[in-house]
Amino acid sequence: MMPVWAEVALKLVGCLLAFLTLPLLVGQLEHKTMAHMQSRLGPMYAGGFHGWAQLVADGVKFAQKEQIVPAAADSVVFRLAPVVALLPYLLVLAVIPIGPGEQVAQALDVGLFFALAVISVAVLGPIMAGWASANKYALLGGLRAAAQLLAYELPLVLAAASAAMAAGTLSLPGIVEQWRWWWLPYQGVAAVVFFTAGLAELRRPPFDMPVADAEIVFGPYTEYTGLRFAFFLLAEYAGIVVFAALTTVLFLGGWRGPFLDVQLGWLWTLIKVMALSFAVIWLRVSYPRLRADQLQRFAWTVLVPLSFAQLLLTGVVEVARA
Amino acid sequence: MTTKDVVFGALGLLACCSGVLVVTARNVIHAALWLVVTLGALAACYLLLTADFVAWVQVLIYAGAIVVLLLFAAMLTRAPVGPGQDLDSGNRPAAALVAGGVGVTLVTLLVQAFRSAYVDLDRVAGTGAGRPIGDALFRSYVLPFEIASVLLLAALVGAIVLTRPEIGRR
Repeated sequence: MMPVWAEVALKLVGCLLAFLTLPLLVGQLEHKTMAHMQSRLGPMYAGGFHGWAQLVADGVKFAQKEQIVPAAADSVVFRLAPVVALLPYLLVLAVIPIGPGEQVAQALDVGLFFALAVISVAVLGPIMAGWASANKYALLGGLRAAAQLLAYELPLVLAAASAAMAAGTLSLPGIVEQWRWWWLPYQGVAAVVFFTAGLAELRRPPFDMPVADAEIVFGPYTEYTGLRFAFFLLAEYAGIVVFAALTTVLFLGGWRGPFLDVQLGWLWTLIKVMALSFAVIWLRVSYPRLRADQLQRFAWTVLVPLSFAQLLLTGVVEVARA
Repeated sequence: MTTKDVVFGALGLLACCSGVLVVTARNVIHAALWLVVTLGALAACYLLLTADFVAWVQVLIYAGAIVVLLLFAAMLTRAPVGPGQDLDSGNRPAAALVAGGVGVTLVTLLVQAFRSAYVDLDRVAGTGAGRPIGDALFRSYVLPFEIASVLLLAALVGAIVLTRPEIGRR
Protein backbone atom coordinates (compact mmCIF):
# COMPACT_ATOMS: atom_id res chain seq x y z
CA MET A 1 0.00 0.00 0.00
CA MET A 2 1.21 3.49 -0.85
CA PRO A 3 1.08 6.18 1.83
CA VAL A 4 -1.71 8.71 1.31
CA TRP A 5 0.53 11.60 0.33
CA ALA A 6 2.28 9.52 -2.35
CA GLU A 7 -1.06 8.51 -3.84
CA VAL A 8 -2.27 12.12 -3.91
CA ALA A 9 1.02 13.30 -5.43
CA LEU A 10 0.88 10.56 -8.06
CA LYS A 11 -2.69 11.49 -8.99
CA LEU A 12 -1.83 15.18 -9.24
CA VAL A 13 1.16 14.41 -11.47
CA GLY A 14 -1.19 12.30 -13.59
CA CYS A 15 -3.58 15.27 -13.88
CA LEU A 16 -0.74 17.57 -14.87
CA LEU A 17 0.49 15.10 -17.50
CA ALA A 18 -3.04 14.77 -18.93
CA PHE A 19 -3.30 18.55 -18.93
CA LEU A 20 -0.04 18.89 -20.83
CA THR A 21 -0.56 16.11 -23.39
CA LEU A 22 -4.29 15.77 -24.15
CA PRO A 23 -4.79 19.36 -25.42
CA LEU A 24 -1.78 18.95 -27.71
CA LEU A 25 -3.20 15.65 -28.95
CA VAL A 26 -6.52 17.38 -29.72
CA GLY A 27 -4.62 20.21 -31.42
CA GLN A 28 -2.75 17.80 -33.65
CA LEU A 29 -5.99 15.93 -34.35
CA GLU A 30 -7.52 19.25 -35.39
CA HIS A 31 -4.63 20.06 -37.75
CA LYS A 32 -4.85 16.71 -39.48
CA THR A 33 -8.66 16.33 -39.48
CA MET A 34 -9.27 19.82 -40.84
CA ALA A 35 -6.60 19.30 -43.47
CA HIS A 36 -8.08 16.03 -44.70
CA MET A 37 -11.64 17.38 -44.64
CA GLN A 38 -10.40 20.24 -46.85
CA SER A 39 -8.43 17.90 -49.17
CA ARG A 40 -5.05 18.98 -47.82
CA LEU A 41 -2.37 17.04 -45.97
CA GLY A 42 -1.69 19.36 -43.05
CA PRO A 43 1.66 19.31 -41.24
CA MET A 44 3.85 16.52 -42.70
CA TYR A 45 7.51 17.28 -41.90
CA ALA A 46 8.04 18.21 -38.23
CA GLY A 47 9.14 15.11 -36.32
CA GLY A 48 9.00 12.83 -39.36
CA PHE A 49 5.84 10.72 -39.09
CA HIS A 50 2.89 12.81 -40.41
CA GLY A 51 4.18 15.95 -38.70
CA TRP A 52 3.48 14.70 -35.15
CA ALA A 53 5.89 17.24 -33.62
CA GLN A 54 4.31 20.28 -35.28
CA LEU A 55 2.73 21.55 -32.07
CA VAL A 56 5.97 21.06 -30.14
CA ALA A 57 7.67 23.19 -32.79
CA ASP A 58 4.86 25.76 -32.47
CA GLY A 59 5.36 25.81 -28.71
CA VAL A 60 9.08 26.46 -29.10
CA LYS A 61 8.27 29.23 -31.56
CA PHE A 62 5.82 30.88 -29.14
CA ALA A 63 8.34 30.66 -26.28
CA GLN A 64 10.96 32.46 -28.37
CA LYS A 65 8.70 35.34 -29.42
CA GLU A 66 8.79 38.68 -27.65
CA GLN A 67 6.03 39.19 -25.11
CA ILE A 68 4.62 42.62 -25.83
CA VAL A 69 2.43 44.61 -23.45
CA PRO A 70 0.93 47.58 -25.34
CA ALA A 71 1.82 50.97 -23.84
CA ALA A 72 -1.81 51.97 -23.29
CA ALA A 73 -2.82 48.59 -21.85
CA ASP A 74 -3.63 47.95 -18.22
CA SER A 75 -0.52 45.86 -17.70
CA VAL A 76 -1.49 43.94 -14.53
CA VAL A 77 -4.88 42.79 -15.84
CA PHE A 78 -3.32 42.17 -19.26
CA ARG A 79 -0.71 39.81 -17.76
CA LEU A 80 -3.19 38.11 -15.45
CA ALA A 81 -5.82 37.30 -18.11
CA PRO A 82 -4.10 34.27 -19.76
CA VAL A 83 -3.58 32.63 -16.36
CA VAL A 84 -7.22 33.20 -15.37
CA ALA A 85 -8.28 31.66 -18.68
CA LEU A 86 -6.05 28.57 -18.40
CA LEU A 87 -5.72 27.55 -14.74
CA PRO A 88 -9.39 26.62 -14.04
CA TYR A 89 -9.30 23.87 -16.67
CA LEU A 90 -6.35 22.27 -14.87
CA LEU A 91 -8.34 22.32 -11.61
CA VAL A 92 -11.41 20.73 -13.23
CA LEU A 93 -9.38 17.75 -14.47
CA ALA A 94 -8.79 16.84 -10.81
CA VAL A 95 -12.45 15.89 -10.22
CA ILE A 96 -13.09 13.97 -13.45
CA PRO A 97 -13.12 10.19 -12.92
CA ILE A 98 -11.31 8.22 -15.61
CA GLY A 99 -12.07 4.78 -14.20
CA PRO A 100 -14.18 3.01 -11.55
CA GLY A 101 -13.44 3.27 -7.85
CA GLU A 102 -10.44 5.33 -6.86
CA GLN A 103 -9.38 6.38 -10.37
CA VAL A 104 -10.09 10.05 -9.82
CA ALA A 105 -7.61 12.60 -8.48
CA GLN A 106 -10.04 14.10 -5.98
CA ALA A 107 -13.55 12.70 -5.53
CA LEU A 108 -15.69 15.60 -4.31
CA ASP A 109 -19.20 15.16 -2.99
CA VAL A 110 -20.27 18.24 -4.98
CA GLY A 111 -17.89 17.57 -7.89
CA LEU A 112 -20.38 18.68 -10.55
CA PHE A 113 -20.84 22.08 -8.93
CA PHE A 114 -17.09 22.38 -8.43
CA ALA A 115 -16.52 21.79 -12.16
CA LEU A 116 -19.23 24.23 -13.28
CA ALA A 117 -18.12 26.89 -10.80
CA VAL A 118 -14.45 26.71 -11.75
CA ILE A 119 -15.26 26.75 -15.48
CA SER A 120 -17.40 29.84 -14.94
CA VAL A 121 -14.32 31.60 -13.53
CA ALA A 122 -12.34 30.75 -16.68
CA VAL A 123 -14.68 32.90 -18.76
CA LEU A 124 -13.35 35.97 -16.96
CA GLY A 125 -10.06 35.49 -18.86
CA PRO A 126 -11.14 36.66 -22.32
CA ILE A 127 -13.24 39.47 -20.84
CA MET A 128 -10.25 40.74 -18.85
CA ALA A 129 -8.04 40.39 -21.92
CA GLY A 130 -10.52 42.26 -24.10
CA TRP A 131 -10.75 45.21 -21.75
CA ALA A 132 -7.10 45.42 -20.68
CA SER A 133 -5.76 45.47 -24.25
CA ALA A 134 -6.96 49.08 -24.79
CA ASN A 135 -7.88 48.18 -28.34
CA LYS A 136 -11.36 48.67 -29.76
CA TYR A 137 -11.37 45.33 -31.59
CA ALA A 138 -10.32 43.59 -28.40
CA LEU A 139 -13.00 45.45 -26.42
CA LEU A 140 -15.66 44.45 -28.96
CA GLY A 141 -14.46 40.85 -28.74
CA GLY A 142 -14.57 40.98 -24.95
CA LEU A 143 -18.13 42.34 -25.07
CA ARG A 144 -19.23 39.64 -27.47
CA ALA A 145 -17.58 36.98 -25.28
CA ALA A 146 -19.37 38.29 -22.18
CA ALA A 147 -22.77 38.38 -23.91
CA GLN A 148 -22.31 34.89 -25.31
CA LEU A 149 -21.14 33.38 -22.04
CA LEU A 150 -24.04 34.91 -20.10
CA ALA A 151 -26.51 33.43 -22.56
CA TYR A 152 -25.07 29.91 -22.66
CA GLU A 153 -24.28 29.51 -18.95
CA LEU A 154 -27.97 28.90 -18.17
CA PRO A 155 -28.66 25.96 -20.55
CA LEU A 156 -25.29 24.47 -19.56
CA VAL A 157 -26.12 24.40 -15.85
CA LEU A 158 -29.72 23.26 -16.44
CA ALA A 159 -28.61 20.34 -18.64
CA ALA A 160 -26.02 19.29 -16.05
CA ALA A 161 -28.70 19.57 -13.34
CA SER A 162 -30.87 17.14 -15.30
CA ALA A 163 -28.11 14.49 -15.21
CA ALA A 164 -27.56 15.12 -11.51
CA MET A 165 -31.30 14.71 -10.84
CA ALA A 166 -31.44 11.45 -12.77
CA ALA A 167 -28.45 10.10 -10.85
CA GLY A 168 -29.56 11.48 -7.49
CA THR A 169 -26.06 12.76 -6.71
CA LEU A 170 -23.76 15.69 -7.46
CA SER A 171 -20.62 13.58 -7.32
CA LEU A 172 -19.12 12.85 -10.75
CA PRO A 173 -17.99 9.27 -9.93
CA GLY A 174 -21.45 8.76 -8.38
CA ILE A 175 -23.18 9.89 -11.58
CA VAL A 176 -21.21 7.33 -13.61
CA GLU A 177 -22.11 4.63 -11.05
CA GLN A 178 -25.81 5.38 -11.58
CA TRP A 179 -25.59 5.57 -15.36
CA ARG A 180 -27.48 2.95 -17.42
CA TRP A 181 -27.66 2.53 -21.17
CA TRP A 182 -31.24 3.84 -21.36
CA TRP A 183 -29.94 7.22 -20.21
CA LEU A 184 -28.93 7.76 -23.84
CA PRO A 185 -32.52 8.34 -25.03
CA TYR A 186 -33.73 9.53 -21.58
CA GLN A 187 -31.05 12.24 -21.14
CA GLY A 188 -30.32 12.67 -24.85
CA VAL A 189 -31.72 16.19 -25.11
CA ALA A 190 -29.73 17.32 -22.08
CA ALA A 191 -26.58 15.78 -23.59
CA VAL A 192 -27.02 17.69 -26.84
CA VAL A 193 -27.80 20.93 -24.99
CA PHE A 194 -24.80 20.50 -22.69
CA PHE A 195 -22.43 19.77 -25.55
CA THR A 196 -23.70 22.69 -27.64
CA ALA A 197 -23.57 25.14 -24.73
CA GLY A 198 -20.07 23.85 -23.97
CA LEU A 199 -19.02 24.65 -27.54
CA ALA A 200 -20.38 28.16 -27.07
CA GLU A 201 -18.58 28.57 -23.72
CA LEU A 202 -15.34 27.65 -25.46
CA ARG A 203 -16.07 30.13 -28.28
CA ARG A 204 -15.46 27.38 -30.82
CA PRO A 205 -17.00 27.60 -34.30
CA PRO A 206 -19.88 27.98 -35.10
CA PHE A 207 -19.98 30.06 -31.90
CA ASP A 208 -16.78 32.02 -32.55
CA MET A 209 -18.28 35.51 -32.82
CA PRO A 210 -15.95 36.87 -30.10
CA VAL A 211 -12.85 36.03 -32.15
CA ALA A 212 -14.37 36.54 -35.62
CA ASP A 213 -11.15 37.17 -37.55
CA ALA A 214 -12.83 38.76 -40.56
CA GLU A 215 -14.42 41.50 -38.46
CA ILE A 216 -12.42 42.14 -35.30
CA VAL A 217 -8.95 40.63 -36.03
CA PHE A 218 -8.78 38.09 -33.17
CA GLY A 219 -11.12 39.66 -30.65
CA PRO A 220 -9.79 39.74 -27.09
CA TYR A 221 -6.49 38.12 -28.10
CA THR A 222 -5.56 40.69 -30.78
CA GLU A 223 -2.81 42.34 -28.73
CA TYR A 224 -1.31 39.13 -27.33
CA THR A 225 2.01 37.67 -28.45
CA GLY A 226 4.37 34.88 -27.51
CA LEU A 227 3.65 32.63 -24.54
CA ARG A 228 0.63 34.59 -23.34
CA PHE A 229 -1.06 34.05 -26.70
CA ALA A 230 -0.07 30.37 -26.54
CA PHE A 231 -1.74 30.17 -23.12
CA PHE A 232 -5.04 31.33 -24.62
CA LEU A 233 -4.76 28.76 -27.40
CA LEU A 234 -3.88 26.07 -24.87
CA ALA A 235 -6.89 27.14 -22.76
CA GLU A 236 -9.13 26.58 -25.79
CA TYR A 237 -7.83 23.04 -26.37
CA ALA A 238 -7.80 22.21 -22.65
CA GLY A 239 -11.39 23.46 -22.62
CA ILE A 240 -12.30 21.05 -25.42
CA VAL A 241 -10.84 18.17 -23.40
CA VAL A 242 -12.63 19.28 -20.22
CA PHE A 243 -16.03 19.72 -21.87
CA ALA A 244 -15.67 16.44 -23.78
CA ALA A 245 -14.76 14.71 -20.51
CA LEU A 246 -17.69 16.28 -18.64
CA THR A 247 -20.13 15.28 -21.41
CA THR A 248 -18.67 11.76 -21.27
CA VAL A 249 -19.03 11.52 -17.50
CA LEU A 250 -22.49 13.07 -17.27
CA PHE A 251 -24.24 11.60 -20.29
CA LEU A 252 -22.19 8.85 -21.95
CA GLY A 253 -21.42 6.64 -18.98
CA GLY A 254 -17.79 7.64 -18.40
CA TRP A 255 -15.71 4.48 -17.88
CA ARG A 256 -18.52 2.10 -18.85
CA GLY A 257 -17.87 0.19 -22.04
CA PRO A 258 -19.10 -2.87 -23.92
CA PHE A 259 -16.72 -5.17 -22.01
CA LEU A 260 -14.02 -5.18 -19.29
CA ASP A 261 -15.40 -2.04 -17.59
CA VAL A 262 -13.29 -2.45 -14.51
CA GLN A 263 -9.95 -3.21 -16.15
CA LEU A 264 -10.22 -0.98 -19.21
CA GLY A 265 -12.32 1.87 -17.74
CA TRP A 266 -9.68 4.52 -18.44
CA LEU A 267 -9.52 3.41 -22.08
CA TRP A 268 -13.29 3.75 -22.60
CA THR A 269 -13.19 7.22 -21.03
CA LEU A 270 -10.33 8.24 -23.26
CA ILE A 271 -12.00 6.87 -26.41
CA LYS A 272 -15.22 8.76 -25.65
CA VAL A 273 -13.35 11.98 -24.88
CA MET A 274 -11.41 11.74 -28.14
CA ALA A 275 -14.56 10.94 -30.15
CA LEU A 276 -16.30 14.02 -28.71
CA SER A 277 -13.21 16.16 -29.38
CA PHE A 278 -13.33 14.92 -32.97
CA ALA A 279 -16.97 16.00 -33.14
CA VAL A 280 -15.94 19.47 -31.92
CA ILE A 281 -13.40 19.72 -34.74
CA TRP A 282 -15.88 18.31 -37.26
CA LEU A 283 -18.43 21.00 -36.34
CA ARG A 284 -15.75 23.66 -36.86
CA VAL A 285 -15.18 22.49 -40.42
CA SER A 286 -18.89 22.01 -41.23
CA TYR A 287 -20.76 25.05 -39.94
CA PRO A 288 -20.49 28.75 -40.76
CA ARG A 289 -20.21 31.28 -37.96
CA LEU A 290 -23.46 32.41 -36.30
CA ARG A 291 -24.23 36.15 -36.08
CA ALA A 292 -24.64 37.78 -32.67
CA ASP A 293 -28.45 37.92 -32.90
CA GLN A 294 -28.62 34.32 -34.14
CA LEU A 295 -26.40 33.26 -31.23
CA GLN A 296 -28.66 34.91 -28.68
CA ARG A 297 -31.86 33.67 -30.31
CA PHE A 298 -30.52 30.11 -30.43
CA ALA A 299 -29.58 30.20 -26.74
CA TRP A 300 -32.80 31.73 -25.40
CA THR A 301 -35.43 30.29 -27.74
CA VAL A 302 -34.01 26.82 -28.43
CA LEU A 303 -31.52 25.66 -25.80
CA VAL A 304 -33.16 27.13 -22.68
CA PRO A 305 -36.69 25.79 -23.44
CA LEU A 306 -35.21 22.42 -24.43
CA SER A 307 -33.27 22.16 -21.19
CA PHE A 308 -36.38 23.12 -19.18
CA ALA A 309 -38.39 20.44 -21.01
CA GLN A 310 -35.66 17.88 -20.23
CA LEU A 311 -35.61 18.98 -16.58
CA LEU A 312 -39.40 18.52 -16.42
CA LEU A 313 -39.16 15.06 -17.97
CA THR A 314 -36.37 14.02 -15.61
CA GLY A 315 -38.33 15.33 -12.63
CA VAL A 316 -41.51 13.44 -13.58
CA VAL A 317 -39.67 10.19 -14.33
CA GLU A 318 -37.59 10.32 -11.15
CA VAL A 319 -40.63 11.02 -8.96
CA ALA A 320 -42.47 8.13 -10.65
CA ARG A 321 -39.49 5.80 -10.08
CA ALA A 322 -38.98 6.80 -6.44
CA MET B 1 -5.64 28.53 17.96
CA THR B 2 -5.45 25.94 15.20
CA THR B 3 -4.16 26.24 11.65
CA LYS B 4 -7.76 26.43 10.47
CA ASP B 5 -8.39 29.49 12.65
CA VAL B 6 -5.32 31.22 11.25
CA VAL B 7 -6.26 30.45 7.63
CA PHE B 8 -9.85 31.51 8.29
CA GLY B 9 -8.66 34.79 9.76
CA ALA B 10 -6.31 35.42 6.84
CA LEU B 11 -9.12 34.75 4.34
CA GLY B 12 -11.43 37.05 6.26
CA LEU B 13 -8.80 39.77 6.19
CA LEU B 14 -8.32 39.22 2.45
CA ALA B 15 -12.08 39.48 1.88
CA CYS B 16 -12.26 42.72 3.91
CA CYS B 17 -9.22 44.34 2.26
CA SER B 18 -10.36 43.51 -1.27
CA GLY B 19 -13.83 44.70 -0.29
CA VAL B 20 -12.36 48.07 0.64
CA LEU B 21 -10.48 48.09 -2.66
CA VAL B 22 -13.76 47.46 -4.51
CA VAL B 23 -15.15 50.78 -3.28
CA THR B 24 -11.89 52.76 -3.42
CA ALA B 25 -10.67 51.56 -6.84
CA ARG B 26 -10.34 54.41 -9.35
CA ASN B 27 -11.56 52.22 -12.18
CA VAL B 28 -14.88 50.40 -12.61
CA ILE B 29 -13.32 47.25 -14.08
CA HIS B 30 -10.71 47.07 -11.33
CA ALA B 31 -13.51 47.36 -8.79
CA ALA B 32 -15.34 44.44 -10.44
CA LEU B 33 -12.16 42.32 -10.46
CA TRP B 34 -11.50 43.08 -6.78
CA LEU B 35 -15.07 41.95 -6.18
CA VAL B 36 -14.07 38.57 -7.66
CA VAL B 37 -11.28 38.36 -5.07
CA THR B 38 -13.69 39.26 -2.24
CA LEU B 39 -16.24 36.67 -3.34
CA GLY B 40 -13.52 34.04 -3.86
CA ALA B 41 -12.14 34.62 -0.36
CA LEU B 42 -15.66 34.32 1.06
CA ALA B 43 -16.15 31.05 -0.84
CA ALA B 44 -12.89 29.77 0.66
CA CYS B 45 -14.21 30.72 4.12
CA TYR B 46 -17.35 28.66 3.44
CA LEU B 47 -15.15 25.75 2.37
CA LEU B 48 -13.23 25.94 5.64
CA LEU B 49 -16.54 25.86 7.50
CA THR B 50 -17.33 22.59 5.61
CA ALA B 51 -20.13 24.27 3.62
CA ASP B 52 -18.89 22.89 0.28
CA PHE B 53 -22.13 23.26 -1.64
CA VAL B 54 -22.66 26.89 -0.62
CA ALA B 55 -19.04 27.67 -1.46
CA TRP B 56 -19.22 26.39 -5.03
CA VAL B 57 -22.64 27.92 -5.64
CA GLN B 58 -21.14 31.21 -4.45
CA VAL B 59 -18.37 30.92 -7.05
CA LEU B 60 -20.76 29.78 -9.81
CA ILE B 61 -23.40 32.47 -9.27
CA TYR B 62 -21.42 35.45 -8.03
CA ALA B 63 -17.94 35.18 -9.53
CA GLY B 64 -19.13 33.43 -12.68
CA ALA B 65 -22.43 35.09 -13.55
CA ILE B 66 -22.93 38.32 -11.60
CA VAL B 67 -19.41 39.68 -12.09
CA VAL B 68 -19.53 38.78 -15.80
CA LEU B 69 -22.81 40.71 -16.01
CA LEU B 70 -21.21 43.66 -14.18
CA LEU B 71 -18.20 43.61 -16.50
CA PHE B 72 -20.49 43.40 -19.53
CA ALA B 73 -22.55 46.37 -18.38
CA ALA B 74 -19.44 48.42 -17.53
CA MET B 75 -17.78 47.63 -20.87
CA LEU B 76 -20.97 48.38 -22.79
CA THR B 77 -21.40 51.82 -21.25
CA ARG B 78 -17.97 53.26 -20.52
CA ALA B 79 -14.81 51.49 -19.45
CA PRO B 80 -11.76 53.64 -20.09
CA VAL B 81 -8.42 51.98 -19.47
CA GLY B 82 -6.68 53.99 -16.75
CA PRO B 83 -8.20 55.88 -13.80
CA GLY B 84 -11.79 57.05 -14.29
CA GLN B 85 -12.38 60.66 -13.25
CA ASP B 86 -16.05 60.80 -12.41
CA LEU B 87 -16.48 57.76 -10.17
CA ASP B 88 -16.97 59.74 -6.94
CA SER B 89 -20.49 61.09 -6.53
CA GLY B 90 -21.58 63.96 -4.29
CA ASN B 91 -23.46 61.53 -2.10
CA ARG B 92 -20.20 60.14 -0.78
CA PRO B 93 -20.54 61.31 2.88
CA ALA B 94 -24.16 60.19 3.08
CA ALA B 95 -23.29 56.80 1.57
CA ALA B 96 -20.37 56.39 3.98
CA LEU B 97 -22.69 57.21 6.89
CA VAL B 98 -25.35 54.70 5.84
CA ALA B 99 -22.84 51.94 5.01
CA GLY B 100 -20.88 52.54 8.22
CA GLY B 101 -24.09 52.49 10.27
CA VAL B 102 -25.28 49.25 8.70
CA GLY B 103 -21.82 47.70 9.17
CA VAL B 104 -21.56 48.66 12.84
CA THR B 105 -25.12 47.48 13.53
CA LEU B 106 -24.55 44.11 11.86
CA VAL B 107 -21.20 43.51 13.55
CA THR B 108 -22.63 44.42 16.96
CA LEU B 109 -25.64 42.18 16.39
CA LEU B 110 -23.53 39.21 15.29
CA VAL B 111 -21.04 39.61 18.13
CA GLN B 112 -23.85 39.90 20.68
CA ALA B 113 -25.74 36.93 19.30
CA PHE B 114 -22.88 34.51 18.68
CA ARG B 115 -20.24 35.60 21.18
CA SER B 116 -19.99 32.29 22.98
CA ALA B 117 -21.20 30.05 20.14
CA TYR B 118 -18.53 27.66 18.95
CA VAL B 119 -18.88 25.13 16.15
CA ASP B 120 -16.79 22.00 16.34
CA LEU B 121 -15.85 21.56 12.69
CA ASP B 122 -15.01 17.88 13.05
CA ARG B 123 -18.45 17.16 14.44
CA VAL B 124 -20.37 18.96 11.66
CA ALA B 125 -18.22 17.63 8.82
CA GLY B 126 -20.41 16.48 5.93
CA THR B 127 -23.45 18.58 6.81
CA GLY B 128 -22.58 21.06 4.05
CA ALA B 129 -22.63 18.43 1.30
CA GLY B 130 -25.30 18.25 -1.41
CA ARG B 131 -27.72 15.81 0.23
CA PRO B 132 -28.08 17.43 3.70
CA ILE B 133 -28.54 20.87 2.10
CA GLY B 134 -31.18 19.47 -0.25
CA ASP B 135 -32.95 17.74 2.65
CA ALA B 136 -32.97 20.95 4.67
CA LEU B 137 -34.16 23.13 1.77
CA PHE B 138 -36.92 20.89 0.47
CA ARG B 139 -38.12 19.26 3.72
CA SER B 140 -37.59 21.45 6.83
CA TYR B 141 -37.44 24.87 5.18
CA VAL B 142 -39.49 24.38 2.03
CA LEU B 143 -41.92 27.22 2.84
CA PRO B 144 -39.31 30.00 3.29
CA PHE B 145 -37.51 28.63 0.22
CA GLU B 146 -40.63 28.87 -1.94
CA ILE B 147 -41.51 32.32 -0.55
CA ALA B 148 -38.00 33.53 -1.44
CA SER B 149 -38.39 32.16 -4.97
CA VAL B 150 -41.75 33.97 -5.40
CA LEU B 151 -40.11 37.17 -4.14
CA LEU B 152 -37.29 36.79 -6.68
CA LEU B 153 -39.82 36.15 -9.45
CA ALA B 154 -41.73 39.29 -8.47
CA ALA B 155 -38.48 41.30 -8.55
CA LEU B 156 -37.71 39.89 -11.99
CA VAL B 157 -41.13 40.85 -13.36
CA GLY B 158 -40.75 44.27 -11.75
CA ALA B 159 -37.38 44.81 -13.39
CA ILE B 160 -38.84 43.98 -16.82
CA VAL B 161 -41.80 46.35 -16.29
CA LEU B 162 -39.50 49.17 -15.13
CA THR B 163 -37.12 48.84 -18.07
CA ARG B 164 -39.91 48.66 -20.67
CA PRO B 165 -42.12 51.72 -20.17
CA GLU B 166 -44.38 50.79 -23.12
CA ILE B 167 -45.83 47.93 -21.04
CA GLY B 168 -47.41 50.28 -18.49
CA ARG B 169 -48.91 52.60 -21.12
CA ARG B 170 -50.88 49.95 -22.88
